[in-house]
Amino acid sequence: MTLGANESPRTAVANPPVQPVQGNLGQHNVVRSSAGGPVAENPVALPAVAKLIDVSKCIGCKACQTACVEWNDTHPDIGVNVGIYENPLDLTPDMFTLMRFAEYDNPETGDFEWLIRKDGCMHCADPGCLTACPAPGAIVQYSNGIVDFIHENCIGCGYCISGCPFDIPRLSQVDHTVYKCTLCSDRVAVGQGPACAKACPTQAIVFGTKDDMKTYAEERIEDLKSRGYENAGLYDPQGVNGTHVMYVLHHADKPGIYNDLPEDPKIAGVVQNWKGPTKTVGLAAIGLAAVGSVVMGLFSRSEVAPEDEQRAEDMVDRAADPAASGREQA
Amino acid sequence: MTNSWTDIKNTDLVIVMGGNAAEAHPCGFKWVTEAKHHRGAKLIVVDPRFTRTASVSDYYAPIRPGTDIVFLMALIRYMIENDKVQWDYVRNYTNASLIVKDEFGWSDGLFTGYDEEKRDYDKTSWDYVIGDDGFAQVDPTLENPRCVWNLLKAHVDAYTPEMVERVCGTPADRFLHIAEMIGECSSPTKTMTSMYALGWTQHSKGAQNIRGMAMLQLILGNIGVRGGGMNALRGHSNIQGLTDIGLMSNLIPGYLNIPTEQEPDWTSYMKSRAFKPLRPGQTSYWQNYPKFMVSFMKSMWGDAATAENDWAFHYLPKLDVPSYDMLRMYELMDQGKVNLYFCQGFNPLLASPDRNKTTQAFSKLKMLVTIDPLETETSRFWENHGDYNAVDTASIQTEVIQLPSSCFAEDEGALVNSGRWLQWHWPGAEPPGEAKLDTWIMAQIFLRVRDLYLTEGGVFPDPIVNLTWDYADPNEPTPEELAKEMNGRALADLTDPNDPSRTLVSAGQQVLNFSQLRDDGSTACACWIYSGSWNEDGNNMARRDNNDRDNTGAFGNWAWSWPLNRRILYNRASADLQGNPWDETRPLLWWNGERWEGYDVPDISPTARPEEVMPFIMNPEGSSRLFTRGMMRDGPFPTHMEPFESPVANVFNPNMRGNPVARFFDSDVARLGDSAEFPFVATSYRLTEHFHYWTKHNVVNAAMQPEFFVEISEQLAAEKGIERGGRVRVWSKRGEVWAKALVTKRIKPMICDGKTVHVIGIPLHWGFVGAAKKGWGPNTLTPFVGDANVETPEFKAFLVNIEPAVGEAVS
Amino acid sequence: MAGRYYSEPGDKIVARDPVTVRRYAGWTRLNHWFTAATLILLALSGFALFTPSLFWLTGLFGGGQATRWVHPFIGIGLFFSFMLLFVQLVRLNILRREDLVWLRNLDDLVKGQEHNLPELGKYNFGQKTVFWAMFFLIVILIVSGVMMWYQFFPDLVSVETRRIAIWVHSISAVLIMLTLILHIFAALWTRGTLSAMTRGTVSGGWAWRHHRKWLRELAGRQGSDTAK
Repeated sequence: MTLGANESPRTAVANPPVQPVQGNLGQHNVVRSSAGGPVAENPVALPAVAKLIDVSKCIGCKACQTACVEWNDTHPDIGVNVGIYENPLDLTPDMFTLMRFAEYDNPETGDFEWLIRKDGCMHCADPGCLTACPAPGAIVQYSNGIVDFIHENCIGCGYCISGCPFDIPRLSQVDHTVYKCTLCSDRVAVGQGPACAKACPTQAIVFGTKDDMKTYAEERIEDLKSRGYENAGLYDPQGVNGTHVMYVLHHADKPGIYNDLPEDPKIAGVVQNWKGPTKTVGLAAIGLAAVGSVVMGLFSRSEVAPEDEQRAEDMVDRAADPAASGREQA
Repeated sequence: MTNSWTDIKNTDLVIVMGGNAAEAHPCGFKWVTEAKHHRGAKLIVVDPRFTRTASVSDYYAPIRPGTDIVFLMALIRYMIENDKVQWDYVRNYTNASLIVKDEFGWSDGLFTGYDEEKRDYDKTSWDYVIGDDGFAQVDPTLENPRCVWNLLKAHVDAYTPEMVERVCGTPADRFLHIAEMIGECSSPTKTMTSMYALGWTQHSKGAQNIRGMAMLQLILGNIGVRGGGMNALRGHSNIQGLTDIGLMSNLIPGYLNIPTEQEPDWTSYMKSRAFKPLRPGQTSYWQNYPKFMVSFMKSMWGDAATAENDWAFHYLPKLDVPSYDMLRMYELMDQGKVNLYFCQGFNPLLASPDRNKTTQAFSKLKMLVTIDPLETETSRFWENHGDYNAVDTASIQTEVIQLPSSCFAEDEGALVNSGRWLQWHWPGAEPPGEAKLDTWIMAQIFLRVRDLYLTEGGVFPDPIVNLTWDYADPNEPTPEELAKEMNGRALADLTDPNDPSRTLVSAGQQVLNFSQLRDDGSTACACWIYSGSWNEDGNNMARRDNNDRDNTGAFGNWAWSWPLNRRILYNRASADLQGNPWDETRPLLWWNGERWEGYDVPDISPTARPEEVMPFIMNPEGSSRLFTRGMMRDGPFPTHMEPFESPVANVFNPNMRGNPVARFFDSDVARLGDSAEFPFVATSYRLTEHFHYWTKHNVVNAAMQPEFFVEISEQLAAEKGIERGGRVRVWSKRGEVWAKALVTKRIKPMICDGKTVHVIGIPLHWGFVGAAKKGWGPNTLTPFVGDANVETPEFKAFLVNIEPAVGEAVS
Repeated sequence: MAGRYYSEPGDKIVARDPVTVRRYAGWTRLNHWFTAATLILLALSGFALFTPSLFWLTGLFGGGQATRWVHPFIGIGLFFSFMLLFVQLVRLNILRREDLVWLRNLDDLVKGQEHNLPELGKYNFGQKTVFWAMFFLIVILIVSGVMMWYQFFPDLVSVETRRIAIWVHSISAVLIMLTLILHIFAALWTRGTLSAMTRGTVSGGWAWRHHRKWLRELAGRQGSDTAK
């Protein structure tokens, strides 16, 4: 059985199909590939999917982290407590998602708020990682919007880390490739939602088509507005052409209070510049210089004339015979 | 839970107080988010800390640990003063109108009848005036100053918003805002649900905390209705089952009682269990007590239990003290009066208060047997782990035998959830290594002990040698056999009492439910409340039909809930005196003119006329109790009592320490600290990343929350020079621990009675075995005192001191 | 003994008929060619990582992972090798007034009218430019390179700084390539130059034409040596 285009999962809580399923994500629907890697000629147009994280429902229980570790079979270290709730302390090659806790005194209401945000790959429509990556086919984007790392093509340079506007990918010191949330592409490919969404006890994480998730988000935003969160809204930043992981925020006007969620994320100017003008102009300049040199070399050169040799001999001789020095000066 | 997890989606207002549902019950908490999302329900959190639950709440208020009764009584006062009362409910379904004896009263924080010497009350005045007809006297107009309602009004009068601010440290405006939100739920069409857990139970007056909220819920008309109820969130996935089947020293299955020394024979035992109705026409269902008791005795001893020998009543032990609870057992051990201790599925070294005392007690045992799937600190109590378990191994002569058992995922059977659902489950794996099922272990011990009695006799071998043990394989009773035994079966043909020619159940068949149990020895049933779970229809606990007719949240065909598959207790109270649902949009039961029908199994005789038979059928009054008579040791109304270790004196009676009737052992008096030496209030709790002391063995959970820490406010940190993430030493009169400091805005100092009170939060998941970093728990620090009624230790409010510490602990 | 204003101690006239001048000692040449080799390897591996169209160059190094691994180590090699060269050559690469005059009349050089240019020491302005460009670019490349060396310095700088470092590294790489091209071009265009780095010597005519002060100083020293 293969999942058709319309059978993309609508919800993470739905029970998965029980019969064996042929995965529907693969080279045949790669629409973008890093560094000119191969893309599908006629990609299967899957509906865009999205994971919606409703921070107003999130209780920070870390079930998503645990499910992520178990599904991806990673082995995060047993670390230490440094006086905060975050553990591990940051995203790592073994921890693709992380609950981040922010203590916020709301100046408008005078109330304290504990803002908990699940951090992880946002699956940008315009992925900075993919843009920055120098290895063909190491980062791909499928037609449903999932941005995936293809580890056998990864060279471990870490450029994607710099390319990412959200500081997500992490380089493994074990196999020297970069890891991040795959949006459970291996689960989504067979009609299941991401492991984190499946595990989320309060359904703060839901998964489905991006259109459905936006509709669902509207419902949530309406509810939050009715509770006095006038600035409740959807975080689907357009600076990266939208993302396939979106947040419902109570304070959508201030994403920064959620542990520095970028206000207007986009691929950094220097990265754009590096991958754009610097590369193009630089290569052109080098090419021109090389060609120019060859051309100039064909038409002119600086030769040492035979009389120069004689003059040199004269100079040396005169030096050996100081009496002759006056002549040379003349 | 009176209701079920799934029913919480029907509520309009959730109050989480005395618990932290999101943190400790994240999976059940989904029904709160569901109610918020689809019903627009609001969530209130009252807690010393701004918890994970508070992070998704609509309104939060802080409270000093151990002052919940003040808050709750003040809420009741507010409801009465502002007429936020569901009057029809209160008049008819509570004992508001019953007249109380003139002698009953309250002053200086104490009720009438207090005997300081005995630390106990003479409760005779705490009762109704009984008329010549043998029934309790009533005044339906509620004008009699001695009716329960007027006594309650007088009792709560002292609990003003200012009093809340003074005692609880909760700002009065916060309190009033919450009172206002709650007051809306006095409407018959609005309900509030109370979700609580150990934050209320683990106090020396834990039962009274819960009483307080139950009373409030009755005044609002929120008991027995969809989206309402008193919902105790049980911690362990089968702790509900543990209490149901009577794993308490004073109980036998189904909340029947172990007799006491004052009840040496059947007659004296039954005399106090007549349960004669206190109002005319009321059900007083406990009148069936003899049926359940006889069926239990028949289940235990079969043919050896006969009418002639009072169903082998003499086989039952007779308690010389109210209970042999955990604290009393360890006290006895410490006194050298216990030789052998079986510790099954329990880690008391970490879970019991005053660890140094526990260690000392265990060291005096001759033998300790632990039965557990995991390595526990208890089974290693003798092992030196440096600062983490600083014992002198050589001086401990206790022999410890560890019996590895299976874990829940490796065995078959039913787990009972908070909502009383018995959900059958199947093994997912074989127990590893030498681990054996608990039933096998217990069978082996029993068979060997029985052999000893058979061969050697003994003082009183009868209860052991005559115990029914008719399992197909005596070495290993199957879950099916045990479950069927609990459901009960007919020992002889049971005929219809109205038509003796008709056989209802043939001998040997499973009874349908406990309505078929008899007190003549013709039925056997090991746990009457579970009767119906595995009848001739098969294993009802294994049902997995998740259809929910009209989306009421009842899910009546999913698993099976006790009693009788009833999903909401007291559900008759969801309809008015005429039998019509209070809220048309949320019907549960209704009277169709002849009988009760609806979405749930009626909690009343199906043909009981609505105007005549009141909903609270287990009570002889037929109504619920705002005044509990002498049912509780520490008062018929909740009254404010400070924790035993408190930073301030009781405002009603400065000389009263803690709960005046809570049991206290002599040896523990000197181990209580005062606020001069220990100025800070500590409270213990669980974290969502871990489950008790289990998951520190699991590397994934250990990675999520690796190391022991304590939570303190920024103000306390500044005052003590403690840095975020720095090491601190925390000590009480009983011991000391070292931890990382988590400095947070989520705890703020409170002003109580003019004094600044700092709270220190101490989570409990670390020990000296397992994958997580070695650490301590709060119970090195906690006091050895329990609730006056049920002896649940006072883990939630005690005094400590704190200072920055240097250096790492030695292990 | 007269000062060495325009020459290094190892520089000397090794033959008089025709005049042949020792310009670089053997180990300086080795140093130079090692530096050159590292730069070429860095260029090849760097280009592979710089632009997908040249990613195939990773094949020369055993694949993408190996290229990523080896490039910074070669960079370290270049840095130290160049620094060794630097200390040897820096003294005579300090700019002098005549360099500016030379620069103003650069078109005469291209037109072959070198006799209009001032007499120079061991290096002309162009050579000095290459020298200093190499120096500054290599320093920038090593500093920015370390910043982006994830394998060993993952947390050295912030992501923002690293982005700038990568950009600066790539621009510097382009510039060093341009410098390299200029260097090679100049060496080839100016006939007679190459032997300085191959055999270590140049012809007297070459020295007379391009670096007359240098030759004169050497000749003078030789004269005074002979006089003794």
